[in-house]
Amino acid sequence: MEKENGDITNNNSTGLIVDEQEDRSIRKKIQDLWRLLWRDKSGLLGLTIFLILVFAAIFAPMLSPHDPLQQNLIMSRQPPIWAEGGTTEHILGTDNLGRDIFSRIIYGTRVSIMVGFLGVSMAFSLGMMIGLVAGYKGGTVDNVIMTLTNMVLSLPYLVFVVFIAAILGNSLLNVILIFGFTDIPIFVRVTRGEVLRLREEGYIEAAMSIGQKTPVIIFKHIMPNLLGPLITLATFEMSAMIFYEAGLGFLGLSVPPTVPSWGNMLAEGRQYLTIYPWMSIYPGLAIVLTGFGMNLFGDWLRDVMDPRMRLMKK
Amino acid sequence: MALLLGVLFMVFILLHITGDPVSLMVSRHASPAEIEALREELGFNRPLMVQFADFLTDAVQGDFGRSFRYRQPAMGLVLERIPATIELASAALLMAILMGVTIGILGGSNPNTILDSLARGLGLLGQTIPTFWLGLILIIIFSLHLGWFPTYGRNTFVLFGMHLPDKSIILPAFALSLFTTGQLARFTRSAVLEVMNEEYVTTARSKGLGKMRIYSRYILKNSAIPLISIIGVQFSYLLSGSIYIETIFSWPGLGNLLAEAVSTRDFFLVQATAFFTSLVVIGLHLVTDLIYMLVDPRIRYR
Repeated sequence: MEKENGDITNNNSTGLIVDEQEDRSIRKKIQDLWRLLWRDKSGLLGLTIFLILVFAAIFAPMLSPHDPLQQNLIMSRQPPIWAEGGTTEHILGTDNLGRDIFSRIIYGTRVSIMVGFLGVSMAFSLGMMIGLVAGYKGGTVDNVIMTLTNMVLSLPYLVFVVFIAAILGNSLLNVILIFGFTDIPIFVRVTRGEVLRLREEGYIEAAMSIGQKTPVIIFKHIMPNLLGPLITLATFEMSAMIFYEAGLGFLGLSVPPTVPSWGNMLAEGRQYLTIYPWMSIYPGLAIVLTGFGMNLFGDWLRDVMDPRMRLMKK
Repeated sequence: MALLLGVLFMVFILLHITGDPVSLMVSRHASPAEIEALREELGFNRPLMVQFADFLTDAVQGDFGRSFRYRQPAMGLVLERIPATIELASAALLMAILMGVTIGILGGSNPNTILDSLARGLGLLGQTIPTFWLGLILIIIFSLHLGWFPTYGRNTFVLFGMHLPDKSIILPAFALSLFTTGQLARFTRSAVLEVMNEEYVTTARSKGLGKMRIYSRYILKNSAIPLISIIGVQFSYLLSGSIYIETIFSWPGLGNLLAEAVSTRDFFLVQATAFFTSLVVIGLHLVTDLIYMLVDPRIRYR
């Protein structure tokens, strides 16, 4: 009895120490990351752009000077502030119905960020699960999953997405689901590759040989090592998704035309390209800026997540 | 062949589980009874497997249904449009190879110079500028302001009995090619950098071989191997990316047809276009694999 008690307290105390150490190492890791980010200005710039977008999406009603849906035919077709005839009232001008373009761009970040974030989260979690199963189980399960994955990946993605979007019809939820599902294969492939590589590592073999249970091995030993490459992938996929969403909007297949989104604005602007070019220029610039920021940040993440590259950076 | 059947099945299943094709075809104001009648007429109320078997037997005989809008077999319409798309994609690929590979080689062989930053910057630029926006901007600058190129369409001239496109192909091909140019510049740069540090290049240098000879015989030849697979992938990207560019420039190709079919709710035409585009792309992957094996003797089918 006494012995058992002693054992328990002993366990507890070591557990505590381990926790504290882990806590400290996590804090140190974050500090390290921050230092690396501070040193690499392009990564910092990328992150800043991304955070500004998220901020704009959350606080859109407060940030935009006008109601993005408010039509005002008297004030329609105003050029931007620096062009002849521009006013401070509408800094990026107004569209054919007199809606403020700047406000519409700010509201447009909502659609883009939402589709990008939710779509990627869905593909990330489902893809990682499927990839783990395929890589860890191997055999027939792996074969079936990978055949399906390769099949989807061999289809022309854009045609595929346009096709499904045309049938499902315009709604935000549909767009998120389309991207969430069609993006799974990429995550499956990367996860599986990583799992196959990790299984050969000494510490995984050691964990297996001392008889640790499969869930423990997967969640404690494999998953933490997966997060690095997968988060990097997610950054690039999110920027790609924002592009594809705008592209679908441009073809009139994304969110309903009444919702202000960058793709929809471009589609409207295209009809007036010859007379009011600013209607297409600025929403496009917003997309370019987003892609620029996320790619810079993704490049930096990729370098940092790869320890060999990190040494070079230090 | 099995892959082909799988893709056919996949296109079909996806089409049907993602929604009822009938809802694509009817107008938004159709009554439920009308929808049901159309579903009955086209056989969409039968079990899925029966529908697939039916679709397959028809497809093998080259029957992909009739387009509602054109009142013609869908397959004929699609085949008619394929050459224009291939032409546009090839022109874009040619531009991308000329620009991307050149800049990549220059950047890779002069690391940490302006040329190098140019190669890396081009890669980023290609990734951040969406094709559909670039198309619009090019029209604003080169067609509207400078008037150098027509705003849309495919104009041709006749040479030896062939209808070849004139300068009207330049803007769409350039807009389409930017992403690929960037990718090629990036990959070429890193491939050249990698090969430059190989021992056989050092050996060649220490033998006192001329710079031109080292480049042509050792560096470029070996950097070309990874490029081939990338070019294959990029070509299929260009084929599907043409949906935006063809819409913007009214280029009479597959992408334009698909966009049009989608907006006019022409179900069989959508299905046929998507199928043939997938077919071309998959065929392309196969060809790339074969060329890859020819160039790199280390890779053989197991």
